[in-house]
Amino acid sequence: MTRTSARRTRRWLLTAALTAVAALVVFPLYWMVVSALTPGGQSQSSEFYLWPDAPTTDNFTEVFAQQPVWQWLGNSFFVASVGTALSVCVSLGAGYALAKYRFRGRGLLYAAFLVTIMIPIQVTLVPAFLVTARLGLVDSPWAVILPTLFDVVGIFIARQFMLGVPDALIEAARLDGAGELRTFFRVVLPTCWPLVGVLVILGFMNRWNDFLWPLVVLQGNESLTVPVGLSTLTNNPAFTSPWGAVMAVATVAVVPLLVVFLVFQRTFVQGIASTGIK
Amino acid sequence: MSPHVESPPRRRARWAPYVFAGPAALLFLAFSLLPIVIAVALSFQDTATLGDGEWVGTANYETMLGDPLLRTALWNTVLFTVGTVPTAMAIGLALAVALNRPLPGRGVLRALFFVPMVAAGVVVGVIMSWIFNPDYGVANNALAALGLGGLPWLTSPRTAMLTLIVVVVWTRIGFCMVIYLGALQSIPAELREAAAIDGASGWQRFRRLTVPMLAPTTSILLILNVVFSLQAFDVIYVMTGGGPGFSTTVLIQYVFRSAFADARMGYAAALGLLLVLILLVFTLLRQRATRRAEELL
Repeated sequence: MTRTSARRTRRWLLTAALTAVAALVVFPLYWMVVSALTPGGQSQSSEFYLWPDAPTTDNFTEVFAQQPVWQWLGNSFFVASVGTALSVCVSLGAGYALAKYRFRGRGLLYAAFLVTIMIPIQVTLVPAFLVTARLGLVDSPWAVILPTLFDVVGIFIARQFMLGVPDALIEAARLDGAGELRTFFRVVLPTCWPLVGVLVILGFMNRWNDFLWPLVVLQGNESLTVPVGLSTLTNNPAFTSPWGAVMAVATVAVVPLLVVFLVFQRTFVQGIASTGIK
Repeated sequence: MSPHVESPPRRRARWAPYVFAGPAALLFLAFSLLPIVIAVALSFQDTATLGDGEWVGTANYETMLGDPLLRTALWNTVLFTVGTVPTAMAIGLALAVALNRPLPGRGVLRALFFVPMVAAGVVVGVIMSWIFNPDYGVANNALAALGLGGLPWLTSPRTAMLTLIVVVVWTRIGFCMVIYLGALQSIPAELREAAAIDGASGWQRFRRLTVPMLAPTTSILLILNVVFSLQAFDVIYVMTGGGPGFSTTVLIQYVFRSAFADARMGYAAALGLLLVLILLVFTLLRQRATRRAEELL
């Protein structure tokens, strides 16, 4: 009896300790929201507080009035959703070909894809910019979308998953007289919804959060994505409360993903864990 | 070849794989392979402006040998990697072991530890710049409220690297925790019970049973985390830009700086290829690691 109660006490102590650590871990995001709601006078001071005396949405109003934040959000949403949709199609096709067909050039293609994983974007930034400029895409959302459609990690996840689709299923479809495309769309694809879920969430998150490439190819203030716009705001002398404004935009940048995370937590965690990108 | 073969069963059409893999292959050629080829060519050129370079043979590679800034950048890269990787893994492991027990509110706690993963590098960068702001930041305000003096955080070369390491560890512990949790759940409970019956204490069970069972996971996480650290860019770019001085200029920052701030495209390309060489070692290992990380889930 005393043994179990001692164990119960320890369990609650552990929970309390973990809760304290969790509070510390979540604090920066909490502080982002609090700072966005704090009037400039209080946030630009050396006073220690955890909740503003007079919470206000002025920071949001001000920054949305002075900067094209809606436009940035729209750009980000366009780039992330169109980019993800196209990229998932490309990855599914390539993954299917690599998993289920033997064809001339397959080994070469696979090896070539492998090599690109280890090339960090900083190395190819200038040449990739040259290619994009030659195509006349600079400052267009397509400059962000096109070069990131080839997603080697996505292709690997797709291939890995499709290796698990039974060959018998595909053969059966052929016996029934289905063509190649019909087999893929009617038989293979319907077994792949968990894969599509992981690819969509991962692809959307990476595109929504992407920074360096959009920074290089987008120039006009109106065509920026949220992360790039956010980076232009720090220490902007045009604001009376720059940090409040910055935190307001940061909040707007994080909230959509936070919602996706809370709704699709399992797929989300699985996706990030299975690729180890970021 | 004909798509209309009369007699069933249909033969697999020869064109099909090319149609399925075609878009990926074309995009790969245009936006991956071509830039890499151009980058290699650039590394043998001296070019300040885009396009019209002058061929200089291996001069850029020779410059690297005597470049004191490159030595600084490599040293900073080692410091940053050694500072972030084991710390994030140790905290992740501790959290995973704690959260593997039946605790009240376990699901919520797991989600909370994972939340920082969702934030973009830029967002993390601006939040942390604000928190560690020397004048109005909540970190120094809290220290003052406790009667302690403030720290210079990002504004002093002596503390900037440490501050960055703390921030990056913060973004990484959720990932390490999730991978470790997956591995812990695959350790049979009977094993732990048997050890307990044999009189092993909690620490002994952790040390002699859990840690060895987790060894494959630990090696996977080690490789993944090293690759993440070598490629960490956004947070450093936003928080310090490699400064103050060159105290937080890691290799990838130096590549970026050479290309864009110093306009030495050829040299930047050569530096980039050095980074690729370093990454090559870890990426070959990472291939295996990623696949095994998947199996653990």
